[in-house]
Amino acid sequence: MRGAPVKSLALHLGLIALLFALQFVLPAYHHGNLARIMVMAAYAMGYNLMFGYTGLLSLGHAMFFAAGMYGMGLSVQYLGLSAGSGFLAGVAAAFALSLGVALLALRTSGVAFMIVTLMFAQALYLAILHFAPWTRGDEGFVIPRAARVFLGLDLADPTIRYGAALTLFALVMLAMLCLVHAREGRVLVAIRENEPRAEMLGYDTWRHKLFAVTASGTISGAAGAAYGLLFGYVGAAFAQVPYSIFPLLWVLLGGAGTLIGPFIGTLFMFYLIDIASGMTDAYMLAVGVALLLLTLFAPRGIMGVIRERWVRWLP
Amino acid sequence: MVAVKALNGGDLVTTRGLCRHFGGIRAVDGVDFALPEGELRALIGPNGAGKTTFVSLLCGRLRPSGGAITFAGEDVTALPAHERIRRGMAYTFQITSVFANLTVRENVALAVQRRLGQGGGTLGAETEGALARVGLLERADQPARDLAYGHQRLLEIAMGLGQKPRLLILDEPTQGLSEGEIADFITLIREVSREMTILLIEHNMGVVMALAERITVLDAGRILAEGSPEEIRANREVQAAYLGG
Repeated sequence: MRGAPVKSLALHLGLIALLFALQFVLPAYHHGNLARIMVMAAYAMGYNLMFGYTGLLSLGHAMFFAAGMYGMGLSVQYLGLSAGSGFLAGVAAAFALSLGVALLALRTSGVAFMIVTLMFAQALYLAILHFAPWTRGDEGFVIPRAARVFLGLDLADPTIRYGAALTLFALVMLAMLCLVHAREGRVLVAIRENEPRAEMLGYDTWRHKLFAVTASGTISGAAGAAYGLLFGYVGAAFAQVPYSIFPLLWVLLGGAGTLIGPFIGTLFMFYLIDIASGMTDAYMLAVGVALLLLTLFAPRGIMGVIRERWVRWLP
Repeated sequence: MVAVKALNGGDLVTTRGLCRHFGGIRAVDGVDFALPEGELRALIGPNGAGKTTFVSLLCGRLRPSGGAITFAGEDVTALPAHERIRRGMAYTFQITSVFANLTVRENVALAVQRRLGQGGGTLGAETEGALARVGLLERADQPARDLAYGHQRLLEIAMGLGQKPRLLILDEPTQGLSEGEIADFITLIREVSREMTILLIEHNMGVVMALAERITVLDAGRILAEGSPEEIRANREVQAAYLGG
């Protein structure tokens, strides 16, 4: 029991070290992929905080990802902010949006909560299209290379980009690790498991859920801002429904309520699509079948099964 | 034990004109109730008398349709459940409601940690203390769902104890327990009652007579009678309504 936090710290630091080492051996193609996967895994970890740990299913997380991305992109584009300040502006935008959405959406629960988050996300997407003179609508806009410099480092350079993605990934993972081992994390799990009971133990479950949604949205926004900066593009596609569904799938595949799960799920699905699309045009069929098999035979996801069978202490 | 009670003296919980209507049904209908600090009170009555509704109003799981509730001298009628729990109430569910997928230890730790807040390095020790009292320490690392039903009931009580409440509300705690488990339960509650006020909803009259200092009889949402176990046993109205003559 006591050794669990130590073991899990070792495991997660080990993963970060492995990802650091991989950049020296991976061919350029996979190197680029992994940078993308790490940013998306940070997004998935943010989603997992709310879905996997607190039991709140959002169908509109793209709005937080997009809030971070556009908060960064618009402030860099029109206010001339540097990459660092732009990133912070993106995070601040996602924080404000997630706090506002949480205050309203948490008045509902269950299916109504899912619908409310979906609707808010649609509203943000339509707002992006509506303000096309600034956002360039569906087309989006490119962040000029000159603006993608942080502390003198060129974020467009593959090595720097990989390092930046790994830094974001590691920070989010360590923050999540602290959270799940802290008392707050245990309260969130208690809410997921049995909210009325948590309430009757004296926990103000509404406030804890408010924290979970806001933290989840802010992390997702940080991932969105980083994605825009590292890959140089801000577009409305990232505010659309698929980008709300992806983190749900990644988390389900990898294992909801596990720390490594979101990364495993993101990695798995990215390469599933990558490999399947190299073999057939109907690659989405292969993806669908794989998802179906996993839900049938491993409903707790890859890491969920591993935890259940072999490694009970996995956070 | 008597000395402690004399010191505390005043009423820990009172209700005045407490009502709860479900549509046209008056589940609780104008109840005036007082429970002195330190007492072990049993609340009995036929099925549908409104016992669970009444204690749900006390601890805030339900909102009253009318009337007022005080706890430790403070009007708590408008407070949400978690605020009342923070003031020193604990409620154990009639239908076992533990965190099935968490371990026994984690269940109790959740109860203890809320009381300790951020400070307090005694979480582990206090959790094990509560588990030891109900005899579940050796099962601490099992998932709660693997416990036998009787043990889950004990876990509920350990979660109550972990909160160190001033008032412990037990809603039919012996339901589904074996004879042997009931005997152990009586010993445990007798011991615990030295430290806190207890309100016990119970159908098993053996348990009630063994434990209660006073008994309140609820029938059709109203208080039918109140008194010592002997008085209640002798009360004709109660016999007619409940004890079956």
